[in-house]
Amino acid sequence: MDLVAVFPDPPPPDLARTLDLAGYRWKAVGSPEDASRHEPTNGWAGAIVACDTDPEGAWALCRSLRKRDPMVSPMVVLVSGAQLQDLELRDDMFDDFCLTPFHPRELEARLKHLFWRRGGGVRPELVEYGPLSLNLETYQAAIAGRPLDLTYMEYELLKFLSQNTGKVFTREMLLSRVWGYEYYGGARTVDVHIRRLRAKMGEEHANLIQTVRSVGYRFGQSRWGS
Amino acid sequence: MSVNEQQRDYVLHTVEERGVRLIRLWFTDVLGVLKSFAISPAELENALVDGMTFDGSSIDGFSRVQEIFILAMPDANTFEVLPWGDPKQAEARVFCDIHHLDGTPFDGDPRQVLQRNLLSARHQGFQFFVAPDIEFFYVAPPERGQPPRLLDEGGFFDLTTTDVTGSLRKQTIRTLEAMSIPVEYSFHEDAPSQHEIDLRHTDALTMADSVMTFRLVVKEVAAAQGVHATFMPKPLEGVQGSGMHLHLSLFSGEDNAFYDTDDAYNLSPIAKHFMAGLLVHAAEITAVTNQTVNSYKRLVPGFEAPVHVSWARNNRSGLIRVPIPKRGNPMATRIEYRSPDPACNPYLAFSVLLAAGLRGIERQYELPVEADANLFELTDRDLAKLGIEQLPQSLSDALRVMESSELVAEALGDRLFEWFLRNKRREWRDYKTHISAFELDRYLRAL
Repeated sequence: MDLVAVFPDPPPPDLARTLDLAGYRWKAVGSPEDASRHEPTNGWAGAIVACDTDPEGAWALCRSLRKRDPMVSPMVVLVSGAQLQDLELRDDMFDDFCLTPFHPRELEARLKHLFWRRGGGVRPELVEYGPLSLNLETYQAAIAGRPLDLTYMEYELLKFLSQNTGKVFTREMLLSRVWGYEYYGGARTVDVHIRRLRAKMGEEHANLIQTVRSVGYRFGQSRWGS
Repeated sequence: MSVNEQQRDYVLHTVEERGVRLIRLWFTDVLGVLKSFAISPAELENALVDGMTFDGSSIDGFSRVQEIFILAMPDANTFEVLPWGDPKQAEARVFCDIHHLDGTPFDGDPRQVLQRNLLSARHQGFQFFVAPDIEFFYVAPPERGQPPRLLDEGGFFDLTTTDVTGSLRKQTIRTLEAMSIPVEYSFHEDAPSQHEIDLRHTDALTMADSVMTFRLVVKEVAAAQGVHATFMPKPLEGVQGSGMHLHLSLFSGEDNAFYDTDDAYNLSPIAKHFMAGLLVHAAEITAVTNQTVNSYKRLVPGFEAPVHVSWARNNRSGLIRVPIPKRGNPMATRIEYRSPDPACNPYLAFSVLLAAGLRGIERQYELPVEADANLFELTDRDLAKLGIEQLPQSLSDALRVMESSELVAEALGDRLFEWFLRNKRREWRDYKTHISAFELDRYLRAL
């Protein structure tokens, strides 16, 4: 489960959503310095660089990631139609590109193929935390070995939370990341689904999802050990 | 992948991985009866994309002579593996919206009636949340023409009643929670063999689906033990009936729109207008919230059921109660509408309640003063002085008021409105022509 670098910080919401739904672990970086600072111990597993808002910054990041030893790969750049010419003479700086506005399925397919070619891949097939396991390939969840039958949105919420253990999310953040911005149900929906998940996991496991008073929710233990 | 495609993918994978053999397509007729037909996994993908055509002629309120075939469109987000039956032959259910073959919404589909009403709430910036307290009785399997036999009566069970009904209730709650229906409280009610289960609040559409699921789960779990569960509003004379008190609230975004820190009651102007809307239109919507002949035998003085159109904070004789939230939690601010019974069609009941409340907000209806006296003890003259009216006293009364209600016609849609009235008038006529034991005992010899 290696980390992919994503530019800019924050990335466009549709990009974040596509990556989340496809099950990638990623970290937004705003500059080459950022990318060094946050680099995981075993290096970046790849990078996805959106060029629309800050093309200069974007290419600067690509250059610096490619200069490393070993260089970061695979790298995908997202460019608008008007920016296609920028690709010229920069063939060394990316492995593939995608036109914006991109089709989520196209981007997902390109990434899958690139990571497959690289071997192994970063796509985590299995998320495990304590008694909980999620198989992202088959959409099946289990708790203490017992299958957990979830509705689609319950599954998506649990997937997102369990891929980001120890982090606190506000209701608004969960709503935009899991349901998407076009969803109209309001932030109460998050509470309702959390309650449903806890009920399904059973009393003994309900505390896997913690309520953080007047902030939101956290899955698993806090990173600060509280 | 679009969200719809992802949902579909999720459902198809789940069916395969969990070895689901049968998928039940659920929908509701106009009277709130759960209808279902089953398809095989092989048909599912096609059903999710294009819907399933079926013959609607056998279903009350669905058929018209020239139009028999209609389309059930599954709502993939309601797909759920059923937690009962043989796990090796697993079954699943999915709620459907009903459409004409050309794809337009079908007028007789209560689920879409509610969706339409929720959409107009959304246009005004509100999400409608509902939490019902549902009461019901466990009885011995009924025999035609015989009064219900309670479980407390000796001989029916070897175990003591508390053991049996207690375990039934526990099993019911486990099953409900496995089906995404969290339970807030449950307890044995005042009447013998009567129980109450309170559901945790959620958005009105999910809650209406949940009430449909709830009624099935309660009956299924009971039937597996040879017990019959009934949601009949008043099964026993002289004992309190079964209600479905509805806790209602509106949210705008993260905020409870009913809450106001500065108000003496912690109620916002929106809450007060909403309540006023319910009170003004209460009589018009009663045929929908209390749709059977028997419903009106519950709405009598002395049994904790409301009779008068009034509100109060802590007075159980009024139609609307404003519960004081635990620990003053603003999110829990809500009003409790107390007349509905669990035999209603939840989609339609939530629709008319929302429409009445929103009308109050739109037209800025003024909330009358709180009626904190025990209304059952006041004389008719006192009540008249306070401007407090009674709810309709019979199905016939309720239908008469509903018939002239432009609000209810608009909320239900003209076709469904007409059909409902026609069906219920027929029920009233059948009831009126029936000569009851009451009459025979009272008049046959004496007159």
